[in-house]
Amino acid sequence: MLEIRQYTCLGAALRDALDRFPSEICLIEAERDREKLRLTYSDFKEIALPLARALEDADFDPNDRAAIIMTNQSKWLISAYAIFYCGGVVVPLDYKLSAAEHLQLLAHSKAKVLIVEYHLWRAIMQAPEFHNITTKIVLVTEAPLGADLAGAFRWEDFKRKGAPDFIMRQKDDVACIVYSSGTGGRPKGCVLTHENYLEQCLSLTAWYPFWPGVRYLSILPTNHAIDFMVGFVGPFVCGACVVHLRTLRPEFVRDAFVRYRITYVALVPMIVKNLERGLRAKFDELPSWKRSFLNSMIAINRLLTKRRPNVKLSRMLLPNIHRGFGGELLALITGGAFMEPSTMQFFYDLGVPVVNGYGLTEAGTALTLNDLKPFRADTVGKPLPGVEIRILNPDEDGVGEVAVRSKTVMSHYLDDPELTLETIVDGWLLTGDLGRFEKHGHLQLFGRKKNMIVTEGGKNIYPEDIETVFDGLPVKEYAIYAANFIWPKKELGGEKLVLVLRLEQNQTFDSRLLEDISARNRRLPDFKRVAGYLIWEKDFPRTASMKIKRQALAEEIAQVAQHPPVVTL
Amino acid sequence: MQTAEQTLNEILTLAAAHFKVPREKLSPDDDFFKALGIDSLQTLDLLTKLENHFHVELPDYELQGVSDFRTLAGKIQVRL
Repeated sequence: MLEIRQYTCLGAALRDALDRFPSEICLIEAERDREKLRLTYSDFKEIALPLARALEDADFDPNDRAAIIMTNQSKWLISAYAIFYCGGVVVPLDYKLSAAEHLQLLAHSKAKVLIVEYHLWRAIMQAPEFHNITTKIVLVTEAPLGADLAGAFRWEDFKRKGAPDFIMRQKDDVACIVYSSGTGGRPKGCVLTHENYLEQCLSLTAWYPFWPGVRYLSILPTNHAIDFMVGFVGPFVCGACVVHLRTLRPEFVRDAFVRYRITYVALVPMIVKNLERGLRAKFDELPSWKRSFLNSMIAINRLLTKRRPNVKLSRMLLPNIHRGFGGELLALITGGAFMEPSTMQFFYDLGVPVVNGYGLTEAGTALTLNDLKPFRADTVGKPLPGVEIRILNPDEDGVGEVAVRSKTVMSHYLDDPELTLETIVDGWLLTGDLGRFEKHGHLQLFGRKKNMIVTEGGKNIYPEDIETVFDGLPVKEYAIYAANFIWPKKELGGEKLVLVLRLEQNQTFDSRLLEDISARNRRLPDFKRVAGYLIWEKDFPRTASMKIKRQALAEEIAQVAQHPPVVTL
Repeated sequence: MQTAEQTLNEILTLAAAHFKVPREKLSPDDDFFKALGIDSLQTLDLLTKLENHFHVELPDYELQGVSDFRTLAGKIQVRL
């Protein structure tokens, strides 16, 4: 591994990694069960530098911003490295957003360059807002020959001969602008510095190291803080290999574990639960004697790994299970959303250590992580080295808002000093999450103070961001809430959005209105949909400027309706 | 070549059988997440079943933003 402390920027660390491990494989890319690409660190450099040179020749200057909208693939990482090489700022955007949202964030980030996959660019070109695009240079990957790209360049052809100039950045220079959400009214662009990432890399690799020969399966989107760190920066500075699978089909994900003998993988709860479902179904198909034998081996494994994992022993006790995961899996990292303890325990009992953690875009990849000494399914682990965590205003159970101070905490929100001041107070980041420390120093989370939900797929959803879909709904007024914000419960999981409706005088809730609501709801991506509605009989409290007083309305509803009278949509 | 209506009917029948939902409870314009009670990963499972049945290959991104059977059928029909 490189000595990270000596670096002031990601570009320099990555540049040295490419020279230090020239013949190691750094990237493998597969389309379903077909391998498409395999690159050494030396190959990676050969592809990235002509792109960096072409960017420099196109007047992409230090501090200029370049957005990337791509699924997980080699060109994501090659492009990001080329941008860092030029001293630029990477703006990773979620490829699952709509074209209109992409255009909104491109404008907000003032990205000079956009690097985008063809199918996503096609959607952006067709959006009504496309004529407002301000991005100067667009590079489109994998475009069919002869396709109309509306003035964009083909990524594959955008290269120049000659060595580009490497631009060194300082620790407090901006490395990335990552949107934690807020595509509706108020985009939240987290401005993260090179120091943020270098510190995160140091603390994470101290607990979970990479080395040449390690293979990380990259499934979480690379725009997500976790994959950016453990599916790019972390493995690269250690000479490890990242495997990109260009599908999320469960059967190919399972196949990739075996085909590429995966060492680590980070997954959101939805995928882990899917794996659990698949395994349980297979167990159920076993003849009863085999099932009894398996249960006995699981019980023995549970007993022998109670204090700490012992992967070698687990592989001997449960060889078929471990062969199904490729035989070399060391840990399954989960994060980005609440994970049911029973699911984690299921995998741990099989000898597959599940590393549970807690982080947020505003504070880098992870703030706490389970050190597996012993495994704890009921906590999100202990603070990583260099991370200070305080519980603000704890109640009688010790539960209060989690506040964080660390060199991994973002610099500020882009162009939003007011929100920055509300969020970072005296150097402490107020997370909006509720938690407490238990007696062994593990953090436990219990819910949220803020009006938002996190889906099982790890998506942060702010109700305000999706209200525009209901614009023009024939009711007097409406608002969307996280159900837990109105009716707080000291637990996470099963988070839902609720549409609160105030009807016009004499209006009745009829089937036409229900159909209208349902149709609008269907326009949202599945993970953003409202789960139910609630008819509210009073006018919403509003500020002098007629904005809904969300907190006050939530309190009013909670007072009147102790048990959520929500009708499921 | 089969008609779009036939494709749609076959999709509804396959989806009902795969997720053990009565066929008569599914309509072309239903939101399949809700009608089948599935998440986006299970939808990808369904897609694989449909690919095998119709002998076509649909990239994952083709499903982005698609939530009703009729639109899904359209995506498959153009590849037949």
